[in-house]
Amino acid sequence: MKKDIILAGVGGQGILSIATIIGAAAVELGMHLKQAEVHGMSQRGGDVQSHLRISDHPIASDLIPQGKADLIISVEPMEALRYLPWLSKEGWLITSSEPFINVPNYPETENVLAEVKKVKQHVVLDAEKIAKDLGNVRAANMVILGAASPYLGIAFDKLEAAIREVFGRKGEEVVNLNLEALRAGAKIAKG
Amino acid sequence: MKKALLLGDEAIAQAALDAGISGVYAYPGTPSTEITAYIQNSEQAKEGKVHSIWSVNEKTSMETAIGMSYAGKRALCCMKHVGLNVAMDPFVNSAITGANGGLVYLVADDPSMHSSQDEQDSRALAKFAFIPCFEPSSQQEAYDMIFEAFDLSEKMQIPVMMRITTRLAHSRAGVARREPRKQNEIKLHPNPKQFILLPAIARKQYNELLDKQPALEAASENSKYNQYIDGSDKSLGIIACGLAYNYLMENYQDEACKHPILKVSQYPLPRKAIEKITKECKEVLIIEDGYPVYEELLRGYLNQGLKVKGRLDGTLPRVGELNPNLVAKALGMPATKGEDVPALVVPRPPSLCKGCSHIDMYKALNEVMEKHGKGKVYADIGCYTLGALPPYNAIYTTLDMGAAVTMAKGAADAGLLPAVCVIGDSTFTHSGMTGLLDCVIEKTPITIIIADNSTTGMTGGQISHAYGRLEQICEGLGVEKEHIRVCTPLPKNHEELVKIIEEEIAYPGVSVVIPRRECIQTVGRPKTYN
Ligand SMILES: Cc1ncc(C[n+]2csc(CCOP(=O)(O)OP(=O)(O)O)c2C)c(N)n1
Repeated sequence: MKKDIILAGVGGQGILSIATIIGAAAVELGMHLKQAEVHGMSQRGGDVQSHLRISDHPIASDLIPQGKADLIISVEPMEALRYLPWLSKEGWLITSSEPFINVPNYPETENVLAEVKKVKQHVVLDAEKIAKDLGNVRAANMVILGAASPYLGIAFDKLEAAIREVFGRKGEEVVNLNLEALRAGAKIAKG
Repeated sequence: MKKALLLGDEAIAQAALDAGISGVYAYPGTPSTEITAYIQNSEQAKEGKVHSIWSVNEKTSMETAIGMSYAGKRALCCMKHVGLNVAMDPFVNSAITGANGGLVYLVADDPSMHSSQDEQDSRALAKFAFIPCFEPSSQQEAYDMIFEAFDLSEKMQIPVMMRITTRLAHSRAGVARREPRKQNEIKLHPNPKQFILLPAIARKQYNELLDKQPALEAASENSKYNQYIDGSDKSLGIIACGLAYNYLMENYQDEACKHPILKVSQYPLPRKAIEKITKECKEVLIIEDGYPVYEELLRGYLNQGLKVKGRLDGTLPRVGELNPNLVAKALGMPATKGEDVPALVVPRPPSLCKGCSHIDMYKALNEVMEKHGKGKVYADIGCYTLGALPPYNAIYTTLDMGAAVTMAKGAADAGLLPAVCVIGDSTFTHSGMTGLLDCVIEKTPITIIIADNSTTGMTGGQISHAYGRLEQICEGLGVEKEHIRVCTPLPKNHEELVKIIEEEIAYPGVSVVIPRRECIQTVGRPKTYN
């Protein structure tokens, strides 16, 4: 099993917590992992991405070659589009529909979503709203991860276990919120 | 033992602790910052009383590390590539004094300038200083090599460089650890005189440094990190340096490479292996994630000998970070690119955070400077450099840390007035203080705005050594007390800040204006060590 995943968003949106959960589950399964992150200047509201690679076999490059990503998981719709050159023809694009507008020339949201829907295999969801309804917008990341869960090649209970492990220190309430968010996202992906 | 998931930077930090360092010395700088930060948070470091407080700049950090090596203990000194320019004097000279306790300089380069003002390649400087250099291709190799680097440093009595790039620094992978080694005891060098670089001693030491080179070359030839992987198709030989090796191998996941490959991760270059691959193969492709340092060397000045492909003949791009696709193209493999980026996608440059004190500072400054015309604000490196972008468009220069003060002085000397500069609090203590003294000595008409957010913001909010002592420093350097003006940059104080800046620009001598308000990202974090 091998999955190449591009995580996308805007600096400060916390895409790395998605990577941390997938990573923890993959390591628990004894898989190899490489994950290239963006630190530094772009974290100040710029575009950020992370290349996450998990595989049964040793991984060579920290960067995913273009056209080879199995998944783009994005917490922002325009950022999802920025990485289309990396998505394979059979790949899935999972993104939140909620735009993060911090540039004056941000395109019409409608047009952005129309571009997203041109991708053959996509899941678009308003993760922020779902998370808000569950009690905390900050769980939006886990909603997105839930929506991506059918395509990760990792059993759902392993993702749940990873959430318990990673958020465990923050207490039962945080763990449960994130588990609920994960499940809500998964439900949407399954339609 | 379960492998730990570590960033390249973290693997290096953990390795240094396990290799028995007694201190890490560094000034923050992307992509090297996480090394020292990891050690600062490590229980193992606390138990071993490993020094880890930030230094004021790269030069002080390197000299302190050299002092620890002089005392016989192991020290790690970390910096970003441009930090090595600041530390160049101790860097070159410490090769001549030699090391006592193991001494490793970790330099993190930033090809493609993700967070930097240039993409210089530190391997060229290691070569220049006759210092051996390790260039890991993976996080595990980075971990393992740190042990060898310290051992080599002690065996050969020489500082050793490890050169990494942003990609390795900020990429995570599983790393297996080794048994930790004890720290060294204090032990003076049997010949302490070698640390006195009087010309007579320096000449002798320099010859000794040159005499060490064959042994260092032999170490590279025998290094397990430099591997010759034979192949049947000798029409091309491939030399892959550091991380480039992974980009190469990514393209041979399904079928093995038929060409001979020389993986290089330790310098000086392994001469015999280079001879072998260049003799056996009709052409050589050299892949370096940085400057074409060794490509140029292999080609020779007149390019009349070997057939060498790489960055200089356009096989690979002349500038920027490499990736698997660029290497595939160099090998003549088909492109794998997916769909194009839709035309409506716009760039999203970094920007000042909502509520940042620098915004209020620039609003006031722009109002004052409007009547003075363009081109008279000299800035420096930090979050406030984002004042170069819209909607502020407030600054005209950014060269290197500290240059705001001195460039403003030079322009004032030339008669371009008024001269106003903007510098951050951490950058001011890094390299601005000395320039301020230059101004005080000549009573230069200059207005220095020290944008004090009480942290080292750009690199993630490390403690700023300016905290609590800025006015004292300025006064101590000779700025008149009544021309050191402090104000809280908030919308409600806009008029006050405008007035202060106007008054100080009108004063024909050295003034310092300190807009002071804490960075909104670091609110609540400690500002000092105690
Ligand atoms: C020689 C050198 N060392 C380190 C850096 C990395 N660096 C860039 S800005 C900065 C600190 C800026 O802090 P400060 O001046 O307080 O400004 P702030 O970002 O907080 O506004 C650092 C460490 C650099 N660019 N050059």
